[in-house]
Amino acid sequence: MMLILGIETSCDETGVAIVENGRRILANEVASQIPLHARFGGVVPELASRAHLRVIAPLLRSALARAQCSLDQIDAVAVTAGPGLVGSLLVGVSFAKSLAYVGRKPLIPVHHLEGHIYANIIVDDRLRFPFVALVASGGHTDLIECRESFKYRILGRTRDDAAGEAFDKVAKMLGLGYPGGPVIERLAAQGNRRAFAFPRPMLSDSRLDFSFSGLKTAVLYCFDDLRKTGDVSERIPDIAAGFQAAIADVLAEKARRAVVDTRAKQLALAGGVMANRALREAIRERAGCEVFAPPIDLTLDNAAMIASAGYYRYIGGHLADMTLNASPNLRLSDN
Amino acid sequence: MQPCAKMRTVTHSPEQTMALGETFGRLLGRGDVVALIGDLGAGKTVFAQGLAKGLGVSPDEYVSSPSFTLVNQYKGRVPVFHVDTYRLASETEMVALGYEEYFDPNGVTIIEWADKVRSLLPERHITIRFKLLGPAIREMEVELVGSWPTQQAKEIVEALGPFMNSK
Repeated sequence: MMLILGIETSCDETGVAIVENGRRILANEVASQIPLHARFGGVVPELASRAHLRVIAPLLRSALARAQCSLDQIDAVAVTAGPGLVGSLLVGVSFAKSLAYVGRKPLIPVHHLEGHIYANIIVDDRLRFPFVALVASGGHTDLIECRESFKYRILGRTRDDAAGEAFDKVAKMLGLGYPGGPVIERLAAQGNRRAFAFPRPMLSDSRLDFSFSGLKTAVLYCFDDLRKTGDVSERIPDIAAGFQAAIADVLAEKARRAVVDTRAKQLALAGGVMANRALREAIRERAGCEVFAPPIDLTLDNAAMIASAGYYRYIGGHLADMTLNASPNLRLSDN
Repeated sequence: MQPCAKMRTVTHSPEQTMALGETFGRLLGRGDVVALIGDLGAGKTVFAQGLAKGLGVSPDEYVSSPSFTLVNQYKGRVPVFHVDTYRLASETEMVALGYEEYFDPNGVTIIEWADKVRSLLPERHITIRFKLLGPAIREMEVELVGSWPTQQAKEIVEALGPFMNSK
């Protein structure tokens, strides 16, 4: 039995998890959940590395308590080394290094996107290399060919805004608040997806890259035009539905092409945007192959996925020494 | 000192906005800070992509939106820092992030949503205000803020001349 402690601080969620043999989650603590905010006496300020610093040790204690184990029983420490915000990453990396050094435990560097992909492996061991992964979140929209363990090839990525960013920014334009994903999904379910024909950026381009900035601007024009003619509040569900349908079409079609191009038999969905059920369904319908998606809490940033990927890296002997540093621009092929 | 502190222009396509950014980027050097101000969809990221091109960032590097990561760094003829304060609630959060490191005297810093961190900007910088006038029509107002060396200010004004209508 092998217990891996996972640490994730690449962005605005602090995560500490303990996972047994790569797949059995004993604890998965994330410091953006409401009970934790209450426990730490206030909302964790967005993205500030000092906030990570404040909550990371209490989170470790709470993860150990939940898993009912002691630090001595942990076999190795896995940590997100990049990509992400350098100050935030540094907190996790320094914390992991300290634990590894003091406890004489192996240190395992994990790429954040690799963690998202491994969230699928935690819940379903039928996923087999080679497969294609679509990682869509607030900061990423990447199609990745996973050829074998830790061998990746980027097939396509966004040229401007990430898919999750488009959701957040459109929600803001429509006055729906933050985060944009859940509220747009809810309103879209009440709207007519064909009421507005928004562009499908890059769909006619044979490459597998994405672009969502123009879609955002198209929604803005549409909304501004409607506003000039009167009350728009009752049209917002239609706008949300049209916008979500455009994102769904682009993601589903590019994922389908990636599967065809690579002759993959499986597609793994990952990242916070994939918490959107309508998007999952659209991709499932069109993929032409078996589609995997983790449960909602594992699509968002968390440390269980880092511990899981860390376990497989450990088995493969991909360890780091005490010179490990935070790499804000880490590429999947680098580590 | 400043032959012309404020200039304005209008572009009619994202390609034009990018070309203007590229021209501008060629004129920038170590320590320059460009503050971009304007609403969502006003053209800030496209302009920043042009700036990066003009600063010698390879086309293989996608200059994508830094809204989520707050800062992206690129290798150009000088280091390019692309900062975005969109997700920050206050200047205090920018201070907490150690923003001083991004105003690197050895690189060029581009800041989107710079109006949110006005008091943190260095004394000498360039402000560009974007306004969406209509579908694909964008107004840009360029202002050299602070004390600029006469020569560089002159070069900027001359090179932007063809794009600009002085005000």
